[in-house]
Amino acid sequence: MKTIRSSSFYFQDVLETGAAWFLALLWIAPLAYAFWAAFHPSEYAVHFDIFAPLTLDNLREALSQAPFLRYAFNTLLLVTSILFAQLVLCTLAAYAFARYRFFGSDLAFALVLVQLMITPEILIVENYGTLARFELIDTILGIGLPYMASAFGIFLLRQAFKSTPKELEEAARLEGCGVFGVLWRVYVPLARPTYLAYGLVSVSHHWNNFLWPLVVTNSVETRPLTVGLGIFGAPESGVDWSIISAATLMSVAPLLIAFLLFQRQFVQSFMHAGIK
Amino acid sequence: MSPNIMRHVYGWLLLTPAAILLIAFTHYPTVATVVDSLFSKGTAIRPSRFVGLANYEMLIGDPIFWKVLTNNAWFAMGTIPTSIILAIVMALFVNRAIPGRSLVRMAYFTPTILPMIAVANIWLFFYTPDIGLIDQAASWLGIGGHNWLGDPATVLPAIIVMTIWKEAGFFMIFYLAALQNIPPELEEAARLEGATRWYYFRRVLFPLLMPTTLFVMINAVLNSFKLVDHLFVLTKGGPDNASNLLLYYIFESAFSYFDANYAATLTVILLGLLAVMALMQFYVLDKRVHYR
Repeated sequence: MKTIRSSSFYFQDVLETGAAWFLALLWIAPLAYAFWAAFHPSEYAVHFDIFAPLTLDNLREALSQAPFLRYAFNTLLLVTSILFAQLVLCTLAAYAFARYRFFGSDLAFALVLVQLMITPEILIVENYGTLARFELIDTILGIGLPYMASAFGIFLLRQAFKSTPKELEEAARLEGCGVFGVLWRVYVPLARPTYLAYGLVSVSHHWNNFLWPLVVTNSVETRPLTVGLGIFGAPESGVDWSIISAATLMSVAPLLIAFLLFQRQFVQSFMHAGIK
Repeated sequence: MSPNIMRHVYGWLLLTPAAILLIAFTHYPTVATVVDSLFSKGTAIRPSRFVGLANYEMLIGDPIFWKVLTNNAWFAMGTIPTSIILAIVMALFVNRAIPGRSLVRMAYFTPTILPMIAVANIWLFFYTPDIGLIDQAASWLGIGGHNWLGDPATVLPAIIVMTIWKEAGFFMIFYLAALQNIPPELEEAARLEGATRWYYFRRVLFPLLMPTTLFVMINAVLNSFKLVDHLFVLTKGGPDNASNLLLYYIFESAFSYFDANYAATLTVILLGLLAVMALMQFYVLDKRVHYR
């Protein structure tokens, strides 16, 4: 009896592993296809042949048709400036909410949380008007500004700061630390996992963001990769598939490589950030 | 000064920089949207003036508005249940010690970190009539080509399939986290009692995963309203608005038809829908406590 059961379990295991692998192959296929198209001459785009010659011409061609390196630089500048501002602003605000029971703090916190639901891209019409009034249209600062005070970041860091033992703060104060000394020497170091999680989520979100940057930018000097790619890939532009695939892969490559290298941290960060 | 007053001063000083930006880009525009929706579109000869609810009357009579709203509902219903089922299946797969587990998990999760615009670029080629990958495969099997994105009947399903591919792996990680918190003794006990795995899943695992499902569901609904990037590459909302979604229609009204006041009216509807969902989330998260 026992052997029959365990052999049926064994059979189920094999079946399940097979199904898991099949689904995995199905899931990676579109990306694998993009790699195929990008590194082979365009006549092999729908013609699969193991012996098809490899080529870098598509990458070269994509680079010559649109300034992707400039776009990449813009994205990098955008992502780092948003992250830097978010870390500073959210740390200060989260510290206020976690450790100072100031007048109106509950109401203020509720108002902060509104941004979790109403993200800036929903208000494109009014936010465009605001940027126009401050003459920030078509600037990288203009793309980043609405995201710099992040309710999500404030929420996550407040949770982390709240779980820091108060005794550590008291000890630091006895050592002569002021308001910022305590924050910098006690709270920030202890919240490192939260900073890492938030940082990865923020960088990948803004690397991939499209609608708002599209609305704000209209020149090569400010356009991030996603917007550049969106214009490049438009069907009416008549660029061939292999070149579009090459451009697509170039645009996602930095994030993709980072993900492959730090897979565990990425998955855990998204998990940590999602579950709160 | 007394430390009691200093507490309030420090609290507000620390909050101020973030508060200024939040007010400027979230609270002020929310209020301004509602105000603008009550004014007419201004032109060079006729300045914008207060028209009360006239924009809303126009909206109720606008067939495109109803079209995009129905599309949004179909889009949500098409993507969310399937993504959630696939996410649970994926999480169950990689929660077990199968060979090559981390590779499999990576394959499932990779679409999550790609920008929607890149995903649309890749899938556009699959859907292209005649020369696209799907039609090539179909002609190989002797089936004629089909204009997947040009046919109002297939454009939304085509976009739904792509979105499921993009999102399932993201939802998987939440189930994976939840599964790791379920004690393995439960499965052993169920097995000793002679329960089949399907019975164990249906009566034990799935109820235990319910809070995660609710959390994922609400996030998925929000995403279905906020994510319209793919439309810019794939269809531009067409053909004949068959794939248009509310946020994309807002974009079109404001930046293609230059009617900021009508766009504001549409935005008020979107804000209303989001507010309803916020209240639902509040209610649902309250219920979550029972499962803990």
